[in-house]
Amino acid sequence: MSAREAARKAGGAAYQGDASMPPHVAEVRNLAVRVGGLDLLVDVDLTVRRGERVGLIGESGSGKSLTALSVMGLLGEGLEPSGQVTVTGQDGRVTEVVDPERGAAAEPVLARMRGRDVAMIFQEPMTALNPTMRVGEQVAEIMTIHRSLPGAGAGGFRATARARAVELLDKVGLPDPADAAQAYPHQLSGGQRQRVVVAMALANDPALLICDEPTTALDVTVQALVLDLIVRGVEARDAGMLFITHDLAVVASVCERVLVMYGGRVVEAGPVHEVFTRPRHRYTRGLIGASDLELTRADGRLYTIQGSVPGAGRFPAGCVFRNRCTHATTECEQLPPWEGPGPEQGFACWHPVVLRDEGGS
Amino acid sequence: MSEPTAVPSAGPPDLPTAGPARTGGAGSTPTRLRGIPEAPAGGRRRRRPAGALLVGGAIVVAVVVIALVSFVWTPHDPGIVNAADRLQTSSWRYWLGTDRFGRDVVSLLMVGSRTTLLVGIVAVGVAMLVGVPLGILAAMVPRWWGELLMRGNDLLLAFPALLLAIMLTAVHGQGIVTAMIAIGIASIPSFARVVRSGALSVMKTEYVLAARAAGRRPVGIALRHVLPNVASLVIVQASVSFAIAVLAEAALSYLGLGAPPGTPSWGRMLQEGQELLFVAPRLEVFPGVCIALAVLGFNLLGDGLRDHFDPRLEDRR
Repeated sequence: MSAREAARKAGGAAYQGDASMPPHVAEVRNLAVRVGGLDLLVDVDLTVRRGERVGLIGESGSGKSLTALSVMGLLGEGLEPSGQVTVTGQDGRVTEVVDPERGAAAEPVLARMRGRDVAMIFQEPMTALNPTMRVGEQVAEIMTIHRSLPGAGAGGFRATARARAVELLDKVGLPDPADAAQAYPHQLSGGQRQRVVVAMALANDPALLICDEPTTALDVTVQALVLDLIVRGVEARDAGMLFITHDLAVVASVCERVLVMYGGRVVEAGPVHEVFTRPRHRYTRGLIGASDLELTRADGRLYTIQGSVPGAGRFPAGCVFRNRCTHATTECEQLPPWEGPGPEQGFACWHPVVLRDEGGS
Repeated sequence: MSEPTAVPSAGPPDLPTAGPARTGGAGSTPTRLRGIPEAPAGGRRRRRPAGALLVGGAIVVAVVVIALVSFVWTPHDPGIVNAADRLQTSSWRYWLGTDRFGRDVVSLLMVGSRTTLLVGIVAVGVAMLVGVPLGILAAMVPRWWGELLMRGNDLLLAFPALLLAIMLTAVHGQGIVTAMIAIGIASIPSFARVVRSGALSVMKTEYVLAARAAGRRPVGIALRHVLPNVASLVIVQASVSFAIAVLAEAALSYLGLGAPPGTPSWGRMLQEGQELLFVAPRLEVFPGVCIALAVLGFNLLGDGLRDHFDPRLEDRR
């Protein structure tokens, strides 16, 4: 924790927010989440600026979704966040989701923020829609929750919301939007449902869109279409995006910056190109090696990261990755310091990958 | 089933993973891919005709129609005492005979069905009005509070319904309203329990999480997302509770705690006929058959509806 603290200070002025940089929509400082005596997240730093698309990668169980839920203030019963999470909405409304002194914000405060300042797209399009409601109504409902329709009379509010819902469904590319609005979720295909979910997420023009593996459940061709839809929707609103996925190819095509998480910690961060072409942390290296289908070992098999992700709270002390790392030494029993100009770029590893072409590319 | 370690449980624990199934060839060689749940036989459509639903529905509709018809027409006026025609056996004039006051049994049964339905509707209404919100509330509040609510609910469940009715009668006096409310209160726990279990699983779904992520408040989630998705459970429970209410009303009236004298009710008819059990047993048989049929009808309807709403249960019987 102190290592990152130092790096944060070292990052200095550039990090604290240049006047030239777009404003933060989400700012996570030193976030930790505990349940009982277990640390699920430790010292997570994350910023998303206006118009910026940030990826969050790592294996299942490394804390990606939990980080996202912390930003939404949607942690389950018994999960206690600490640190600081601040969300800034489209019109500059600031919500302290987690306050360094007071902890998690009250539910009504969070409810005002959710869906308006931050929206979230979940993984499973099959279950993300209420099976008993027509999809048009579900989209319209999002707008009525926050009364966020400009120029709608008090009487015609619902009607306006319905009309706008059809408009939105049209924009996300549903054929026959008026008919589709009358359909129940089971009458739509997976891809169509995810389009509806995207329409719902963008309905209130959020400043930040969190996508938790939005395309994992879709087949590859539909995946590209939905991704394109999400990116265009976010760009049109100049919103920030936090994109969680296992799929490194998707991150490479969608995001500008990426954070690699493992064991509830951010182990490496930086611009996508930098991290993917010149990973420093051994875990990142392993992830990229495992996703590269052209890269095979001498015996013709694909590279893997040995072992599997330990259960929550069972990660080793010191470097969380050391029990699976081929380069681990006794030094790794100490927590590696964060090396880099600031939390937005750097890594935490005692034995980083040595860059051969230093100064080359 | 004999090697529980090798067969990972598939689906809810109460579903048989490898029971006697209707899939072909299961008798001789029970080789099935381990861990892969059986595909529901016949896909989405159920092969078994919805017999329970049809028979139950028909009986219930018949009872309702008879009750409605009794408002405009009965063979005789059920209130008229005709000493000359007392204790008649079946005839063209009196289809099922008369009782000891010379009242027509068919007419009494017809009018009695009104009481049955009224008691059922009000009792189930009371139970639903309290039990459903209670169940949803118990699913949405933090776990500890939910458990507390449900233990209170169990307390009520453990309290004998008949005793509750006797207690209420002692306080408020005999009457059909007292009986209805007593039966209603006694039916609250089953509603609360069924609804809570359904609501708990709805609360875990992604669309509820999505609704919360969209800023929906708990009341909105309860009304828009939880309630519609447990509605099928409520309907099934209502049908089953209705059957119980019919039986309870008959029991209470028989004990003299329900319908007051002069109000035709199947339970009352049973009570009035019992002194003449050996002289005119049909005075017991006919109301008894009516009660049994009505209870059977509502139960079958409830079972049929459950199968209809929840095809996962189809292989259970």
